[in-house]
Amino acid sequence: MTAASTSGAASSSPWHFWAYFSAHRHQDLSWLWAHVWLSALPVVIGLAIALPLGWLASRYKWIYPPMLSIMGLLYTIPSIALFVIIPPLLGLKALNPIQVPIALTIYSVALLVRVVADGLGSVPEDVAQAATAMGFGRVQRLFRVELPIAIPVIAAGLRVATVSNVSIVAVAGTIGLANLGQLFTTGFQLSTPTAYYPPIVLGIVLCVALALAFDGVIVTANRLLTPWRRAVQGR
Amino acid sequence: MIGNVWGWLTTSAHWRGGNGMTAIGTQIQAHVTYSFVAVAIALAIALPLGLFVGHTGRLPFLVSAANTLRALPTVGVLILLTVMIAPDFHGRTDFGYLIPTEIVLVLIAIPPILSNTYAGVQNVDGVVRDAASAMGMTGQQVLVQVELPNSLPLIFSGLRSASLQVIATATIASYLPLGGLGRFIYDGLAQQDFPQMIGGGVLVALLALLTDSVLAFVQRHVVSRGVSGRFSKKAMTAGGPAAADIVQAEVAAV
Repeated sequence: MTAASTSGAASSSPWHFWAYFSAHRHQDLSWLWAHVWLSALPVVIGLAIALPLGWLASRYKWIYPPMLSIMGLLYTIPSIALFVIIPPLLGLKALNPIQVPIALTIYSVALLVRVVADGLGSVPEDVAQAATAMGFGRVQRLFRVELPIAIPVIAAGLRVATVSNVSIVAVAGTIGLANLGQLFTTGFQLSTPTAYYPPIVLGIVLCVALALAFDGVIVTANRLLTPWRRAVQGR
Repeated sequence: MIGNVWGWLTTSAHWRGGNGMTAIGTQIQAHVTYSFVAVAIALAIALPLGLFVGHTGRLPFLVSAANTLRALPTVGVLILLTVMIAPDFHGRTDFGYLIPTEIVLVLIAIPPILSNTYAGVQNVDGVVRDAASAMGMTGQQVLVQVELPNSLPLIFSGLRSASLQVIATATIASYLPLGGLGRFIYDGLAQQDFPQMIGGGVLVALLALLTDSVLAFVQRHVVSRGVSGRFSKKAMTAGGPAAADIVQAEVAAV
């Protein structure tokens, strides 16, 4: 490594990823932003779809088994297969930037429906009855009592969904879509005949940092939204 | 487009190969071989380790350390290891690509198996464990005859989750010059032959669904009915659908 580190800015040393970033800042930042919204937006949309579906599955017990079977089947399909199958099913062109967010939304829904259903199902019966006794209506009870109690379970599901999305978005880079995955394909192409590490290491560093940042946001939001849990722990 | 994909899948020449294209059967075999080897190695490492950590309660940080591996982008690690290892083989054999692929596949298969095995042993009712000791069982007997059978449902969901992730990632290995069903996806993309690309995607999805069904079938026959609570046809549906276990295995690991 010492020989490489003396050879200047175009060094192929794995530790010179920051110099690579500085030299290609504009391109790398646009890939990073694409990666950010491709990872986050499907989870937000997925949660919006999974909340009513999960509520249905917890409210009507007969819906739970078939609903979860369908979600499990969707989750079984490998990401790259889902990417290429979606466009023909929707009548789109074979390569369309929309296929990645659609696939990731499907994964997020598949994961979060179970989480929402189990989270709502975990609300203790006496708590629900107490809410009713205090005069809460059905809808009010759901939004002001049951959903807040389910937040920690839902947050755990959101963490899994976002962290795996960050990795799956990079897979879409290998079929030519613009995101941090492009750093890996670029590095691979530049690595003949000898290894050129900076873009590859930069891609891994940025992906891990992004996953940790999303994780931190969800953990913080979970803490802020459930202050009563800290009150109990503090005693 | 759907008709073209069906046409590609049902053309017998594509299954036989030739004309610069390898046969579908050959690539299925390659895909299954890469995946099976990786899952077997991961199982040999993670199962004993998970049982040890769960039984003794020692080294619990191993489980959380394995779980942080999940934040790594698998494509990135695959390509990093490839550019590190492949040049040493000078393109003479496939090993320069095969070794990094297998390392990545093993790395992604370990966390689900390890954390589910650990959680399975941890979840065994303390009363059951005490009863086994009171009956004169040694620590090893408790582990093999009580804790292992009781944790099999969770171990199986970990194994199924690991197998699916390995099959998915083995597809990406075709981005390197390696065989497997991903070959059709990446070759189809390069040649703008979209029926081939989408047909490859369909085959990958079918392989994943079939593998999971086989493992679910094995699970039903291996897990004791006393543990799964599956005594009659009626109780079976009440126990929840098998396919949903995969999602549970993912969330259980947090």
